Amino acid sequence: MAAKSQKITGALITKGIQFSGFSSILFVLLIMFFLFYQGIPALFDVPLGDLFSQRWYPIESLYGIVPLILGSLIVTLGASLIAVPFGVITAIYIAEIAPRWLAEIMKPLVELLAGLPSVVLGFLGILIVSPFLRDVLNLPTGLTAFTGSLLLGGIAIPTIVSISEDALKNVPVSYRQGSYALGVTQWQTIWSVTVPAARRGILTAIMLGLGRTIGETMTVMMVTGNAPVMPASFMALFMPIRTMTATIASEMGEVAGGSPHYHVLFFIGLILFLFTLAVNIVVSRISTQQLKRSERILS
Amino acid sequence: MTKIPASGNASPVLKQLIFQQIGFSVVTALAILTVLPIIAVLVYIIYLGAPAISWEFLTAMPQNGMRSGGIWPAIVGTFYLTLGTAIFSVPLGVASAIYLSEYAPENRLTRLIRLAIINLAGVPSVVYGLFGLGLFVIFLNFGTSILSASLTLSIMTLPVIISTTEEALRAVPQSFRVVSVSLGATKWQTIRRIVLPQSTAGILTGVVLGLERAAGETAPILFTGAAFFLPRLPNSPLDATMALPYHLFVISTQVPGMPIQIQYGTVLVLVAFVVLMNIIATILRSRARARRSW
Amino acid sequence: MTDKIIVENFSLTYSDGTESLFDVDIHIPGNKITALIGPAGGGKSTFLRIFNRLNDLADVREVRGNVLIDDVDILDPELDVIALRRKIGIVFSRPLPLPLTIYQNVSYGLEIAGERNKNKLNAGVEHALQMAELWEEVKGRLFDSAYSLSGGQQQRLCLARTLALEPEIILLDEPTSALDPVATAKIESSLSELKNQYTIIIAPHNTQQAGRIADYVAFFLQGRMIEFSSVENIFTRPVDERTQDYISGKFG
Ligand SMILES: Nc1ncnc2c1ncn2[C@@H]1O[C@H](COP(=O)(O)OP(=O)(O)OP(=O)(O)O)[C@@H](O)[C@H]1O
Ligand SMILES: [Mg+2]
Repeated sequence: MAAKSQKITGALITKGIQFSGFSSILFVLLIMFFLFYQGIPALFDVPLGDLFSQRWYPIESLYGIVPLILGSLIVTLGASLIAVPFGVITAIYIAEIAPRWLAEIMKPLVELLAGLPSVVLGFLGILIVSPFLRDVLNLPTGLTAFTGSLLLGGIAIPTIVSISEDALKNVPVSYRQGSYALGVTQWQTIWSVTVPAARRGILTAIMLGLGRTIGETMTVMMVTGNAPVMPASFMALFMPIRTMTATIASEMGEVAGGSPHYHVLFFIGLILFLFTLAVNIVVSRISTQQLKRSERILS
Repeated sequence: MTKIPASGNASPVLKQLIFQQIGFSVVTALAILTVLPIIAVLVYIIYLGAPAISWEFLTAMPQNGMRSGGIWPAIVGTFYLTLGTAIFSVPLGVASAIYLSEYAPENRLTRLIRLAIINLAGVPSVVYGLFGLGLFVIFLNFGTSILSASLTLSIMTLPVIISTTEEALRAVPQSFRVVSVSLGATKWQTIRRIVLPQSTAGILTGVVLGLERAAGETAPILFTGAAFFLPRLPNSPLDATMALPYHLFVISTQVPGMPIQIQYGTVLVLVAFVVLMNIIATILRSRARARRSW
Repeated sequence: MTDKIIVENFSLTYSDGTESLFDVDIHIPGNKITALIGPAGGGKSTFLRIFNRLNDLADVREVRGNVLIDDVDILDPELDVIALRRKIGIVFSRPLPLPLTIYQNVSYGLEIAGERNKNKLNAGVEHALQMAELWEEVKGRLFDSAYSLSGGQQQRLCLARTLALEPEIILLDEPTSALDPVATAKIESSLSELKNQYTIIIAPHNTQQAGRIADYVAFFLQGRMIEFSSVENIFTRPVDERTQDYISGKFG
């Protein structure tokens, strides 16, 4: 009797666990479904030519999303110029060069940065970074794409540091020893042996870091000036812009459900989603780690 | 006859060493330049925010269009949202990790699940907001509410909980499972009596980190449950709520004439919460390592 | 003498294609110690794990043939494997206590089987520890971690843990390979005591150990069972030349 009820509980739990295991797929499909379901009508509400035009001005039913896409790209590009070198170098420092105690201080700090809510960074951006940049660079406003890039760099850095550091740590010690044995200095070994051996992991780190950047919302919304204008030249980096994410966040609250504006915002969400989906598929291709348990059954 | 290296040969080596010294210095400088601002920001926030903190600030309702009074409803709201997120995401995330670590065969479907998890981790937070709006607020008709927002945050938090939990479960040696099964235990008994107890600290680390992120998020709750201002506390899961991160956004960008003190005080509370969660996670992690007798 | 276990035409292939056992035929007598000897990789461990179906956990691609214990086909997919595993205990080559207290290690199997009665648990634990000749050493510290024991004590704890379930068959896979000679002698003496009540199958640490404790010996070579006979026969007049070579130390 007890054994039987135990068996049934066991079977139920197993089913529950299996279902939970599959739930992630379900959620991805649901997200996709709702984005398509609410986003695709935009293609019928707004002529394709208008949708991909250069002017975003919803009050006059102008839904050109090109400036928003470019806005996102500019900020992400700017952020990568900051986050990639600083992130990778910091990872190399922590994994290869830093004395242990210092590495043990730096790692939690980087983790803390990862945990800082993006509104906090946005807040600091408004109060510190943007006035500083305005004065130093002598700009009409400190709320620019560049300000956004700087802060987004900070958001991408923890991801880049921690994944790169893992990759570097996973390079077998024997590689390095082999190199030292040949009389090569530690410095040369880092660049000619360790970093190349960890390149897949570092690449993964960079891609995931930038994936986070393009999806970042609150910080960019707060510090990039919210101006949906076409970036004209390189100087656009120092002018206000508007990203895709910020557009959704600042306008979704005010639109009428089912209106063309509403559908276009979902459509933008769909573009963002597909973009990150592509990034993540590429990432999982380059970094297919073997999770298989190496430990054989006890012999 | 062995050749004794001429003294001239020493100089390339020396050159290399000098080169290395310069390289190390540059890398060290850059790394410190990366980390130093984090410390600076913390010090700065504490320095400017501390004077604003008082019992009243923490426990009073906002007054005068939020320009005076406290942030109590935002604190309570964030607590509710975090709790709601935990209720949904912890059981689901842990069960999902158990599936991946203990049950999943090596096949296409499992690879698809992993891809789905990686993808969930990468979905932009504002897109979660859109999804929550479409599914929970409108389709399931939960409205702009704590429930909708918590569910949205839960799905966003899942990948963090799943991946850290799976890692913790996999760290438990396979031999324990074999021994347990050889003594007549079922798979579930083995998991419950051996695997889970051995990985609790690791799992909790993941839960804390996941909830920390959820608590700090703004974009996913913008259209699913966050309220600009509420004169009273929410009294049901179907009410909208104020929340600390959204409140910070509101008072720093949407309300003109906001006293700077209140802004810094709010930031400090939010940052203190994050730091606290981080410390808890760090302690749990070192405990997880120390506990391992094996 | 009755045959407790009958193995007929048994073959096993791992999923990487290794055919680890090939057409094995053997009749194992009850209440005796049977030793499986042979060079490394011969399939002894794989063979042991058939009986409690522990190979189910490994990457096995295919099994063929029949395995009968007390005339019951244990390869039957419908078989209650849990009950089988309670009936057949196993001790591994490394001491592998569970990450629990000494007491809990021994009571684990009983509790899993649904025993809730405290007195019965206590009695079972004490009895098992006594049979493994460990009781005197640990009775004052039953609630310490099992890892506080020495390697030899840990291995006897593992033996006690299987004995607590009052099994019929005990499988031992090189149980003394991680132990020093004194600890080894203790295990061996326990086993000789136990054989009156249990059917014991052991992959010994070396051929000498087989000579010391076994009643029957099976010689395995590259997945084939070459020869099975009484310990005297195997050591003094082996039939097969390969057995002869192995015993006399020509290889392995
Ligand atoms: N889990 C497994 N997956 C694949 N092949 C395995 C597995 N376990 C064992 N083998 C292979 O099966 C063959 C027999 O292995 P087994 O461990 O049974 O031999 P053994 O006689 O116990 O050896 P030893 O004396 O080293 O313990 C070997 O070739 C081994 O590599
Ligand atoms: Mg073996």
